[in-house]
Amino acid sequence: MALHDRDRIFRNIYGVHDVSLVGAQKRGTWDGTAAFIKRGPDWIVNEVKASGLRGRGGAGFPTGLKWSFMPKADPRPSYLVINADESEPGSCKDREIMRHDPHLLVEGALLAAFAMRAHTCFIYVRGEFIREREALQRAVDEAYAAKLIGKNNSNGWDFDIVVHHGAGAYICGEETAMLESLEGKKGQPRMKPPFPANVGLYGAPTTVNNVESIAVAGEILRRGAAWFSGLGKPNNTGTKLFQISGHVTKPCVVEEEMGIPLKELLEKHCGGVRGGWSNLLAVIPGGSSMPMINEADCQTLTLDFDTLSKLKSGMGTAAVIVMDKSTDIIAAIRRLAYFYKHESCGQCTPCREGTGWLWRILSRMEAGHASKSEIDLLFDVTKQIEGHTICALGEAAAWPVQGLLRNFRPVIEARIDQFTEKRRAAE
Amino acid sequence: MSVRRLHPEQPKNFAFTPENEAWAAATIAKYPPGKQASAVIPLLMRAQEQHKNWLPEPAIRHVAEKLGMAYIRVYEVATFYTQFQLGPVGTTAHVQVCGTTPCMLRGAEGLKDVCRKKIHTDQFHLSADGAFSWEEVECAGTCANAPMVQIFADTYEDLTPELLEKVIDGYARGTPPKPGSQIGRKASSPAGGFTALTDPALYDGSTLGGWQHRLAEIDAKSALTAAASASATAPEKKP
Repeated sequence: MALHDRDRIFRNIYGVHDVSLVGAQKRGTWDGTAAFIKRGPDWIVNEVKASGLRGRGGAGFPTGLKWSFMPKADPRPSYLVINADESEPGSCKDREIMRHDPHLLVEGALLAAFAMRAHTCFIYVRGEFIREREALQRAVDEAYAAKLIGKNNSNGWDFDIVVHHGAGAYICGEETAMLESLEGKKGQPRMKPPFPANVGLYGAPTTVNNVESIAVAGEILRRGAAWFSGLGKPNNTGTKLFQISGHVTKPCVVEEEMGIPLKELLEKHCGGVRGGWSNLLAVIPGGSSMPMINEADCQTLTLDFDTLSKLKSGMGTAAVIVMDKSTDIIAAIRRLAYFYKHESCGQCTPCREGTGWLWRILSRMEAGHASKSEIDLLFDVTKQIEGHTICALGEAAAWPVQGLLRNFRPVIEARIDQFTEKRRAAE
Repeated sequence: MSVRRLHPEQPKNFAFTPENEAWAAATIAKYPPGKQASAVIPLLMRAQEQHKNWLPEPAIRHVAEKLGMAYIRVYEVATFYTQFQLGPVGTTAHVQVCGTTPCMLRGAEGLKDVCRKKIHTDQFHLSADGAFSWEEVECAGTCANAPMVQIFADTYEDLTPELLEKVIDGYARGTPPKPGSQIGRKASSPAGGFTALTDPALYDGSTLGGWQHRLAEIDAKSALTAAASASATAPEKKP
């Protein structure tokens, strides 16, 4: 299968064309928006449901269904919050949308907000994305000036967008931490229930969606649910921005069909694995929190939610981190463990303390300075964290380590043997 | 969790400049009435920019008073979010090297060595002339252009140790290179040429208006089914 350019939604993802409103309109953004709004919120929700769109932020929850959870008659205001706190190691797609195709996001925000009867949208951009935030704000200002959004706009639904930003905390990508942060607090996740759709931002009904999920909404309505669901695989429909980093010849971000074979993706767009396919060691398929896939499984791997969860990994944000045989796999995962230690919000003890344990044990294992019984101890620590925390950062920290133990236990054992022998020889 | 403390040496006081004062008022007004605390991160960030890119303790109190928040709440925010620099940073450049796995796989260690050599052996320390400082940060979200550094608002991508030296030297001379890819790539497109988005029809406006045809089809179809169900229900009325 090969995705045609005409089926690509993000047509300026590399920023070589006009980013402004005029350029975006020529590429099709804002085309027909008012007509879709005239058909009513239920029509939009049903189209998005029928398209099979699953959330692009990592969990893959059906977007249309999520929108339908919002209360239909509630005296409180409803809010749409767009998660642009892109921080999952490996992920770099929302950045490209915001700086190169921001009008797709602004238009999608209006459509999604209308579908949920919300008049206000907050876009939470990670603090480090300063230029991206400026580009997005420019697009929002243009849309206001052209009366596409704002009070009494030409699309027929009063709608305001506030571009907000964080200040360098990965955890604010978790939806309830994001709401806390938006309210001016530390980004520490809330207990669920109540879910944000009932008690969200400022205690009002709120839906939090990823940038990419919102940005594709306009094109789904323009081309139709049948078009979108005709791409990809059943239950894993549409197109997706893949982000390929690590040991490939040409790392890049590219929009492809869901369910594309890994090999095809790497060979078509990335010039293949550095040193050839046979040099592949492992792949982290969906951003750092997803367990790695070993080289044997990579042979026939297709990149979609269902295939990857069957392999005890996940699609995540479709950030593919490729590692070739030169990689010190223990060091690679030790660095991820450090990341989670650094980013734990400190609220739940298993995560706050456990992520430090993972990092310290892995650091010793990287040098071989450990005993083999600690390999099981390490696994046990991951199990003590997983499922015992308020938010999913616990799982995110535990899974990559579990992936390492599942696939590369012999490497750790060999490292320990090597170290022990060297020490014995020295004595 | 990163444990962070305020710097032992602090200025006596802090106040926004008139321009920043006006900017702060406009920012607070973006949020619903009574929810002014939402502006705490933007205001602290602006205070940091005003104060040589690090956040002093009086600024935390100033922002707290402005937003009607308890000092401790704003202190919590300032120490929780790692983009707030709690001590002095280089006046010319504070080099933030991403060290997380995707950058590490492509040579971030070499970039840290450049910083150790050119700036200071330890992160968060000023260079001898006070112009530079560096730190290792967690994933900055430009993984397809790894390895990278961020200097204030701008990112320098696709780096090698040699290229980073050039960037730092550029800042030292007052002529920093153009941000973005340092090997001439267009954003995150594959090096050496596009493998997608080459069809000119996407950009000449010829794709516009396709939805009208589709909506008309839907309407025609629903009119048909309405008519069909009308005729289907009609016979039931017969005795």
